[in-house]
Amino acid sequence: MSEEQHPVAAWTEADLGVEGRVLDVVRAPAPVLSTPGERVDPTDLATMQLAADLVATMRVSPGCVGLAAPQVGVGVLLFCVDVSAHPKTRTHHGTFVLCNAEVVESSRNEKAREGCMSVPDLTGDVKRPTRLVVRGQLPGTGEEVTVTTDAFEARALLHEIDHCAGLLFVDRAAGAHAIYARKTYL
Amino acid sequence: MTLHAITVLGHDRPGIIAETTGRLAGLGLNLEDSSMTLLRGHFAMTLVCAGSATDAEIEAALAPLADDGSLTVTVREVPTEDAAAGGGTPWVLTVHGGDRTGIVSSIVEEIARVGGNITDLTTRLAGDLYLLVAEIDLPAGVDPAAVDAAIQQVASGLGVGATLREAEADDL
Repeated sequence: MSEEQHPVAAWTEADLGVEGRVLDVVRAPAPVLSTPGERVDPTDLATMQLAADLVATMRVSPGCVGLAAPQVGVGVLLFCVDVSAHPKTRTHHGTFVLCNAEVVESSRNEKAREGCMSVPDLTGDVKRPTRLVVRGQLPGTGEEVTVTTDAFEARALLHEIDHCAGLLFVDRAAGAHAIYARKTYL
Repeated sequence: MTLHAITVLGHDRPGIIAETTGRLAGLGLNLEDSSMTLLRGHFAMTLVCAGSATDAEIEAALAPLADDGSLTVTVREVPTEDAAAGGGTPWVLTVHGGDRTGIVSSIVEEIARVGGNITDLTTRLAGDLYLLVAEIDLPAGVDPAAVDAAIQQVASGLGVGATLREAEADDL
Protein backbone atom coordinates (compact mmCIF):
# COMPACT_ATOMS: atom_id res chain seq x y z
CA MET A 1 0.00 0.00 0.00
CA SER A 2 1.47 3.37 -0.97
CA GLU A 3 1.80 6.19 1.50
CA GLU A 4 -0.96 8.16 -0.27
CA GLN A 5 -3.39 5.27 0.12
CA HIS A 6 -2.67 4.70 3.80
CA PRO A 7 -5.77 5.59 5.84
CA VAL A 8 -3.70 7.79 8.16
CA ALA A 9 -2.13 9.70 5.27
CA ALA A 10 -5.54 10.09 3.64
CA TRP A 11 -7.12 11.46 6.82
CA THR A 12 -7.69 15.20 7.20
CA GLU A 13 -9.31 17.19 9.95
CA ALA A 14 -12.11 18.00 7.50
CA ASP A 15 -13.27 14.42 8.18
CA LEU A 16 -14.21 15.58 11.68
CA GLY A 17 -16.84 18.00 10.43
CA VAL A 18 -16.13 20.54 13.17
CA GLU A 19 -14.10 23.73 13.25
CA GLY A 20 -10.92 23.60 15.35
CA ARG A 21 -10.33 26.24 18.00
CA VAL A 22 -6.94 27.49 19.17
CA LEU A 23 -6.45 26.52 22.82
CA ASP A 24 -3.95 27.64 25.45
CA VAL A 25 -0.97 25.31 25.90
CA VAL A 26 -0.42 24.13 29.47
CA ARG A 27 3.09 24.32 30.94
CA ALA A 28 4.83 22.11 33.48
CA PRO A 29 4.41 21.70 36.42
CA ALA A 30 0.68 21.49 35.65
CA PRO A 31 -0.49 18.15 37.15
CA VAL A 32 -2.31 17.16 33.94
CA LEU A 33 1.09 16.79 32.26
CA SER A 34 2.18 14.22 34.83
CA THR A 35 -1.03 12.18 34.89
CA PRO A 36 -1.72 9.19 32.59
CA GLY A 37 -4.56 10.02 30.22
CA GLU A 38 -7.91 8.21 29.97
CA ARG A 39 -9.00 6.28 26.89
CA VAL A 40 -11.40 8.14 24.60
CA ASP A 41 -14.29 7.17 22.35
CA PRO A 42 -13.06 8.25 18.89
CA THR A 43 -16.64 8.71 17.64
CA ASP A 44 -17.72 10.93 20.52
CA LEU A 45 -18.41 14.50 19.44
CA ALA A 46 -16.23 15.89 22.25
CA THR A 47 -13.31 13.76 21.03
CA MET A 48 -13.79 15.01 17.47
CA GLN A 49 -13.90 18.62 18.65
CA LEU A 50 -10.76 18.15 20.74
CA ALA A 51 -9.01 16.52 17.77
CA ALA A 52 -9.85 19.52 15.61
CA ASP A 53 -8.73 21.88 18.38
CA LEU A 54 -5.36 20.11 18.70
CA VAL A 55 -4.72 20.42 14.97
CA ALA A 56 -5.75 24.09 14.97
CA THR A 57 -3.49 24.85 17.95
CA MET A 58 -0.57 22.95 16.42
CA ARG A 59 -0.96 24.89 13.17
CA VAL A 60 -0.69 28.31 14.81
CA SER A 61 2.24 27.36 17.08
CA PRO A 62 5.63 28.14 15.50
CA GLY A 63 7.75 25.03 14.94
CA CYS A 64 5.14 22.75 16.52
CA VAL A 65 5.05 19.29 14.92
CA GLY A 66 2.79 17.60 17.45
CA LEU A 67 0.42 18.32 20.30
CA ALA A 68 -1.16 16.00 22.85
CA ALA A 69 -4.43 16.50 24.71
CA PRO A 70 -2.74 16.86 28.13
CA GLN A 71 -0.87 19.86 26.69
CA VAL A 72 -4.18 21.68 26.36
CA GLY A 73 -5.27 20.54 29.80
CA VAL A 74 -7.30 17.45 28.87
CA GLY A 75 -6.02 14.18 30.32
CA VAL A 76 -6.96 11.77 27.54
CA LEU A 77 -5.15 9.55 25.00
CA LEU A 78 -5.36 11.82 21.98
CA PHE A 79 -2.70 13.64 19.99
CA CYS A 80 -1.98 15.12 16.60
CA VAL A 81 1.25 15.23 14.61
CA ASP A 82 2.47 16.72 11.37
CA VAL A 83 6.18 16.43 10.63
CA SER A 84 5.81 16.78 6.87
CA ALA A 85 7.77 20.06 6.71
CA HIS A 86 10.58 19.12 9.08
CA PRO A 87 14.05 18.65 7.57
CA LYS A 88 14.80 15.53 9.64
CA THR A 89 11.69 13.75 8.39
CA ARG A 90 12.02 10.67 6.19
CA THR A 91 8.76 8.74 6.20
CA HIS A 92 5.67 10.79 7.08
CA HIS A 93 1.88 10.52 6.95
CA GLY A 94 0.94 14.21 6.81
CA THR A 95 -1.37 15.65 9.44
CA PHE A 96 -3.19 13.08 11.53
CA VAL A 97 -4.73 12.49 14.93
CA LEU A 98 -4.61 9.23 16.86
CA CYS A 99 -6.82 8.11 19.72
CA ASN A 100 -5.75 5.51 22.29
CA ALA A 101 -2.41 4.97 20.54
CA GLU A 102 0.04 2.34 21.70
CA VAL A 103 3.47 1.21 20.59
CA VAL A 104 3.44 -2.16 18.84
CA GLU A 105 7.11 -2.43 17.89
CA SER A 106 10.15 -0.22 18.26
CA SER A 107 13.86 -0.54 17.61
CA ARG A 108 17.10 1.28 16.81
CA ASN A 109 17.52 3.87 19.55
CA GLU A 110 19.11 7.18 18.69
CA LYS A 111 19.75 10.20 20.87
CA ALA A 112 18.56 13.67 19.87
CA ARG A 113 17.85 16.97 21.59
CA GLU A 114 14.18 17.74 22.14
CA GLY A 115 12.21 20.78 23.13
CA CYS A 116 8.55 21.01 24.08
CA MET A 117 5.96 23.80 24.26
CA SER A 118 5.00 22.58 27.72
CA VAL A 119 8.59 22.86 29.00
CA PRO A 120 9.59 26.04 27.19
CA ASP A 121 12.76 26.91 29.10
CA LEU A 122 14.57 23.57 28.88
CA THR A 123 15.79 21.19 26.21
CA GLY A 124 17.13 17.70 26.68
CA ASP A 125 18.87 14.79 25.03
CA VAL A 126 16.51 11.83 24.72
CA LYS A 127 17.14 8.35 23.33
CA ARG A 128 14.19 7.06 21.31
CA PRO A 129 13.62 4.31 18.77
CA THR A 130 13.90 5.38 15.14
CA ARG A 131 11.93 2.44 13.77
CA LEU A 132 8.38 2.35 15.05
CA VAL A 133 5.02 0.68 14.64
CA VAL A 134 2.10 2.37 16.44
CA ARG A 135 -1.54 1.28 16.60
CA GLY A 136 -4.40 3.67 17.30
CA GLN A 137 -7.81 4.84 16.18
CA LEU A 138 -8.78 7.70 13.89
CA PRO A 139 -11.10 10.26 15.44
CA GLY A 140 -14.46 10.44 13.70
CA THR A 141 -14.73 6.94 12.28
CA GLY A 142 -12.91 5.12 15.07
CA GLU A 143 -11.12 3.07 12.41
CA GLU A 144 -8.19 1.16 13.89
CA VAL A 145 -4.97 1.97 12.04
CA THR A 146 -1.36 0.88 12.22
CA VAL A 147 1.36 3.42 11.45
CA THR A 148 4.79 2.17 10.46
CA THR A 149 7.32 4.96 10.39
CA ASP A 150 10.87 6.02 11.17
CA ALA A 151 13.23 8.88 12.00
CA PHE A 152 11.61 12.15 13.01
CA GLU A 153 7.99 11.01 12.71
CA ALA A 154 8.82 8.11 15.04
CA ARG A 155 10.34 10.53 17.55
CA ALA A 156 7.34 12.85 17.32
CA LEU A 157 4.87 9.99 17.82
CA LEU A 158 6.78 8.69 20.83
CA HIS A 159 7.00 12.18 22.33
CA GLU A 160 3.21 12.59 22.01
CA ILE A 161 2.45 9.07 23.25
CA ASP A 162 4.60 9.90 26.27
CA HIS A 163 2.52 13.05 26.89
CA CYS A 164 -0.61 10.91 26.86
CA ALA A 165 1.03 8.62 29.44
CA GLY A 166 1.88 11.56 31.70
CA LEU A 167 5.55 11.67 30.74
CA LEU A 168 7.62 14.64 29.60
CA PHE A 169 10.90 14.50 27.68
CA VAL A 170 12.68 15.32 30.94
CA ASP A 171 11.46 11.92 32.21
CA ARG A 172 13.47 10.34 29.38
CA ALA A 173 16.68 12.38 29.74
CA ALA A 174 19.67 10.47 28.42
CA GLY A 175 21.74 11.21 31.51
CA ALA A 176 22.30 13.40 34.54
CA HIS A 177 23.77 16.18 32.41
CA ALA A 178 21.38 15.81 29.49
CA ILE A 179 19.04 18.72 30.36
CA TYR A 180 19.96 22.23 29.23
CA ALA A 181 18.65 25.77 29.55
CA ARG A 182 16.99 26.74 26.27
CA LYS A 183 19.01 29.36 24.42
CA THR A 184 16.87 30.06 21.39
CA TYR A 185 13.10 30.35 21.13
CA LEU A 186 11.00 30.03 18.01
CA MET B 1 16.16 36.34 50.40
CA THR B 2 19.78 35.79 49.36
CA LEU B 3 21.56 33.41 47.01
CA HIS B 4 24.44 31.27 48.24
CA ALA B 5 26.98 29.27 46.24
CA ILE B 6 28.11 26.16 48.09
CA THR B 7 30.82 23.71 47.09
CA VAL B 8 31.43 20.30 48.60
CA LEU B 9 34.64 18.57 47.51
CA GLY B 10 36.55 15.54 48.68
CA HIS B 11 36.54 11.80 49.27
CA ASP B 12 33.44 10.13 47.85
CA ARG B 13 31.15 8.02 50.01
CA PRO B 14 27.43 7.18 49.97
CA GLY B 15 25.13 9.75 51.60
CA ILE B 16 26.98 13.01 51.02
CA ILE B 17 24.20 14.54 48.91
CA ALA B 18 21.47 13.37 51.26
CA GLU B 19 23.28 14.83 54.25
CA THR B 20 24.12 18.12 52.52
CA THR B 21 20.68 18.75 51.09
CA GLY B 22 19.00 17.63 54.31
CA ARG B 23 20.95 20.17 56.31
CA LEU B 24 20.17 22.90 53.75
CA ALA B 25 16.47 22.00 53.81
CA GLY B 26 16.63 22.25 57.59
CA LEU B 27 17.59 25.89 57.16
CA GLY B 28 14.68 26.46 54.79
CA LEU B 29 16.98 26.90 51.80
CA ASN B 30 15.71 26.11 48.30
CA LEU B 31 18.12 24.43 45.86
CA GLU B 32 17.90 26.49 42.69
CA ASP B 33 20.63 24.79 40.68
CA SER B 34 23.11 22.06 41.38
CA SER B 35 25.71 19.95 39.66
CA MET B 36 27.54 16.95 41.03
CA THR B 37 29.99 14.56 39.51
CA LEU B 38 32.99 12.45 40.38
CA LEU B 39 36.31 13.89 39.21
CA ARG B 40 38.94 11.16 39.20
CA GLY B 41 36.81 9.52 41.90
CA HIS B 42 36.63 12.65 44.05
CA PHE B 43 33.20 13.96 45.00
CA ALA B 44 32.56 17.42 43.51
CA MET B 45 29.28 19.25 44.00
CA THR B 46 28.30 22.85 43.46
CA LEU B 47 24.96 24.21 44.63
CA VAL B 48 23.22 27.53 44.36
CA CYS B 49 20.46 27.88 46.92
CA ALA B 50 18.16 30.65 48.05
CA GLY B 51 16.84 31.48 51.48
CA SER B 52 17.06 33.79 54.41
CA ALA B 53 19.94 32.01 56.20
CA THR B 54 23.32 33.74 56.33
CA ASP B 55 26.63 32.34 55.09
CA ALA B 56 27.67 31.78 58.70
CA GLU B 57 24.51 29.84 59.51
CA ILE B 58 24.96 27.65 56.43
CA GLU B 59 28.63 27.05 57.24
CA ALA B 60 27.67 26.03 60.76
CA ALA B 61 24.97 23.68 59.53
CA LEU B 62 27.31 22.01 57.03
CA ALA B 63 30.33 21.87 59.34
CA PRO B 64 29.67 18.25 60.44
CA LEU B 65 30.24 17.17 56.83
CA ALA B 66 33.85 18.26 57.11
CA ASP B 67 34.46 17.00 60.64
CA ASP B 68 36.47 13.95 59.61
CA GLY B 69 38.61 15.94 57.18
CA SER B 70 37.50 14.02 54.10
CA LEU B 71 35.36 16.83 52.68
CA THR B 72 35.87 20.56 52.17
CA VAL B 73 32.81 22.81 52.23
CA THR B 74 32.72 26.44 51.15
CA VAL B 75 29.79 28.87 51.31
CA ARG B 76 29.62 32.26 49.66
CA GLU B 77 26.78 34.68 49.07
CA VAL B 78 26.44 35.51 45.39
CA PRO B 79 24.41 38.11 43.50
CA THR B 80 21.49 37.17 41.30
CA GLU B 81 22.80 36.95 37.75
CA ASP B 82 20.73 38.31 34.89
CA ALA B 83 19.99 35.87 32.11
CA ALA B 84 22.49 36.03 29.27
CA ALA B 85 21.51 38.20 26.34
CA GLY B 86 19.87 36.30 23.50
CA GLY B 87 20.77 36.23 19.85
CA GLY B 88 23.56 33.67 20.06
CA THR B 89 23.45 30.11 18.81
CA PRO B 90 24.10 26.92 20.79
CA TRP B 91 26.89 24.54 19.72
CA VAL B 92 28.48 21.37 21.01
CA LEU B 93 32.25 20.98 20.80
CA THR B 94 33.84 17.55 21.09
CA VAL B 95 37.60 17.06 21.21
CA HIS B 96 39.41 13.77 21.67
CA GLY B 97 42.87 12.44 21.20
CA GLY B 98 46.08 11.40 22.86
CA ASP B 99 46.60 13.00 26.24
CA ARG B 100 48.98 15.93 26.47
CA THR B 101 49.02 19.21 28.34
CA GLY B 102 47.29 22.24 26.85
CA ILE B 103 44.50 20.61 24.89
CA VAL B 104 41.69 22.41 26.73
CA SER B 105 43.39 25.78 26.95
CA SER B 106 44.43 25.82 23.31
CA ILE B 107 41.04 24.80 21.98
CA VAL B 108 38.86 26.98 24.20
CA GLU B 109 41.06 29.98 23.43
CA GLU B 110 39.55 29.89 19.94
CA ILE B 111 36.07 30.08 21.47
CA ALA B 112 37.04 32.97 23.75
CA ARG B 113 38.68 34.78 20.83
CA VAL B 114 35.28 35.29 19.15
CA GLY B 115 33.43 36.07 22.37
CA GLY B 116 31.91 32.61 22.63
CA ASN B 117 30.72 31.53 26.06
CA ILE B 118 31.16 27.99 27.39
CA THR B 119 28.06 27.09 29.39
CA ASP B 120 28.87 23.48 30.22
CA LEU B 121 32.11 21.55 29.99
CA THR B 122 33.27 18.06 30.81
CA THR B 123 36.71 16.60 30.34
CA ARG B 124 37.68 13.00 30.95
CA LEU B 125 40.96 11.16 30.84
CA ALA B 126 40.54 7.45 30.14
CA GLY B 127 43.85 5.69 29.72
CA ASP B 128 45.70 7.67 27.09
CA LEU B 129 42.49 9.09 25.61
CA TYR B 130 41.64 12.66 26.51
CA LEU B 131 38.06 13.81 25.87
CA LEU B 132 36.44 17.23 26.06
CA VAL B 133 32.74 17.94 25.50
CA ALA B 134 31.50 21.51 25.82
CA GLU B 135 28.25 23.40 25.30
CA ILE B 136 28.99 26.75 23.70
CA ASP B 137 27.05 29.91 22.89
CA LEU B 138 28.44 31.66 19.84
CA PRO B 139 27.42 35.32 19.61
CA ALA B 140 25.27 36.57 16.77
CA GLY B 141 27.41 37.63 13.83
CA VAL B 142 30.15 35.09 14.43
CA ASP B 143 30.81 32.77 11.49
CA PRO B 144 30.69 29.22 12.91
CA ALA B 145 32.56 27.89 9.89
CA ALA B 146 35.47 30.25 10.66
CA VAL B 147 35.44 29.20 14.32
CA ASP B 148 35.39 25.57 13.25
CA ALA B 149 38.31 26.16 10.89
CA ALA B 150 40.31 27.81 13.67
CA ILE B 151 39.55 24.94 16.03
CA GLN B 152 40.51 22.40 13.38
CA GLN B 153 43.83 24.15 12.84
CA VAL B 154 44.64 24.14 16.56
CA ALA B 155 43.42 20.56 16.91
CA SER B 156 45.60 19.48 14.03
CA GLY B 157 48.60 21.06 15.69
CA LEU B 158 47.81 19.19 18.90
CA GLY B 159 47.23 15.93 17.07
CA VAL B 160 43.65 15.62 18.32
CA GLY B 161 40.27 15.43 16.58
CA ALA B 162 37.62 18.14 17.06
CA THR B 163 33.98 18.41 16.04
CA LEU B 164 31.81 21.52 16.30
CA ARG B 165 28.12 20.90 15.66
CA GLU B 166 24.96 22.92 16.18
CA ALA B 167 22.94 21.93 19.22
CA GLU B 168 19.57 23.19 18.01
CA ALA B 169 16.78 21.27 19.70
CA ASP B 170 13.84 19.88 17.74
CA ASP B 171 10.53 21.11 19.12
CA LEU B 172 7.97 18.35 19.37
